[in-house]
Amino acid sequence: MRIYAACVYLFLYTPIAIIALFSFNAGRHASQLQGFSVQWYGRALNNPFVMEALENSLVVAFTSATLASIIGTMAAVGLHSVRGPVRAVFDAIIYIAIMIPGIVIGIATLIALVTVFDVINPWIAAIWPRVEAAPQFSMGRGSIIAAHTMFTMALVVVIVRARLSSIEGALMEASADLYAPPWATFRRITLPLIAPAIFAGFLLAFTFSFDDFIIAFFVAGSETTLPIYIFSSIRRGVTPEINAIGTMVMVVSLVLLIVAQLILRSSDRKKSRK
Amino acid sequence: MTRRERNWLLLAPAAAWFFIMLILPLSFVFVFSFGERGDAGGYVAAFTLEQYANLPARFAAFKNTLILAPLGTAAAMLIAYPLAYQLAVRTDPKWRLILLVLVIVPFWTSILIRSYAWIYILGGQGIPRLLESIGIDDVRLIYTPFAVLIGIVYGYLPLMVFPIYVALDRLDKRLLEASADLGARPMTTFFRITLPNSIPGIATGCMLVFILLMGEFLIPALLGGGKVFFVGNALVDLFLQSRNWAFGSAVAMTLIVVMLVTVTLYMRLIARLNTQRDSDVSLM
Repeated sequence: MRIYAACVYLFLYTPIAIIALFSFNAGRHASQLQGFSVQWYGRALNNPFVMEALENSLVVAFTSATLASIIGTMAAVGLHSVRGPVRAVFDAIIYIAIMIPGIVIGIATLIALVTVFDVINPWIAAIWPRVEAAPQFSMGRGSIIAAHTMFTMALVVVIVRARLSSIEGALMEASADLYAPPWATFRRITLPLIAPAIFAGFLLAFTFSFDDFIIAFFVAGSETTLPIYIFSSIRRGVTPEINAIGTMVMVVSLVLLIVAQLILRSSDRKKSRK
Repeated sequence: MTRRERNWLLLAPAAAWFFIMLILPLSFVFVFSFGERGDAGGYVAAFTLEQYANLPARFAAFKNTLILAPLGTAAAMLIAYPLAYQLAVRTDPKWRLILLVLVIVPFWTSILIRSYAWIYILGGQGIPRLLESIGIDDVRLIYTPFAVLIGIVYGYLPLMVFPIYVALDRLDKRLLEASADLGARPMTTFFRITLPNSIPGIATGCMLVFILLMGEFLIPALLGGGKVFFVGNALVDLFLQSRNWAFGSAVAMTLIVVMLVTVTLYMRLIARLNTQRDSDVSLM
């Protein structure tokens, strides 16, 4: 049994190790090791296309994770005290958002936004004082952020609601009995208790958005994100530079994961000390 | 501000966002699937079932998905179960958490990067070369259904291990001791106690993996090399290459329906298994 487990771990980590190993390859050839070098990391970091894709990915991930955490938390808090059809409809929508394959969300967003933009843009041009300066909607960072926020918001709602339902209602009632206005109860009691869940939701949303390929592939328009850049490069052949980028992306996800764990744990510890 | 008004204010932004970015787009797909293709691609309003009548043109994609997705799910389950068992039942609690985290960590790194690593391993310079050196020639692994299957198992194994682990961890270990004390052989204990109690975990894991696989694009694109393609690959082709939005929408609608039907049937089956188990338990 132990040997079996060891084999599974080997299976899980060998491919990752191979990418990291080949990213330090001195040779240009992607599949023969020819000594140690960090030149490919330098190349990747000096490649303007990579840096542009990285910037897009970071902006998209940060913005959509922030929006999703705020709007998702609001919705979770609202849903906590709502019953009846409103709640049922919300539950159904969140279920749909999580169940529908990412690829379908991608194409649906693509055709809906392109169609709507085609209708709206001439209107704006018509009412704008100077036609040539009229703003035009197009696919790009904005549409990726909107689509990622939609999906990750569903995740945040699920996580924060789970936390909310584990908090004792007595605490909030006590606060209300002591004449705390609802906002004070929320800020002094509820928010500190659900903060770790919101933060976990934020990080989850960030990693999802940063790693997402399929939704962005459809709605990015002429923009590139890092996963889109990596995918189109692989199509032309695997290079040590791509391995270097891949290794860096994996390290970033890992660091985020560890930070999230540490913060969640220290907040748990504080609570148990009290 | 009344409580009611406050709740409306809290829910409004999320409701608007879900409506504009989920419900509206999905209704576009539904409406477009009854339309026609424009001369330069895109969509022309119409009401026709022509697109659905054309579905057999993409039969191969549906066939591949409906064969390889369940097969991949089953393979991942068979590989994940013994590991989850080892972790939940046999491992020292001191090491349990760290070993579990080690299984899940890869899932949080990009599936794109993890999948393309297999291009190295299965490609000409990888395993086939090793086999050549021991005298087995002309083995082709990359761009075969087998490669896609490996990619699937590799990509989704963590997602399968976790729920099975949770189910086995919840299992009261005293039951296992009791069973052994009453003279049951290890095999009997496993099939009568451990396995039935872990069915909810297996069901959750299989469902998660299966749902994700139905919409898979990356793994067949990278490891199937255009020969082994899923519905996801057909969708990318229809929307981004040939810009046939009407037909693409019909394919997407069909995918959703097939998914809903399989998942519902599957849930029914699991529910039946569970009630059967409960009646078995009450008989004992």
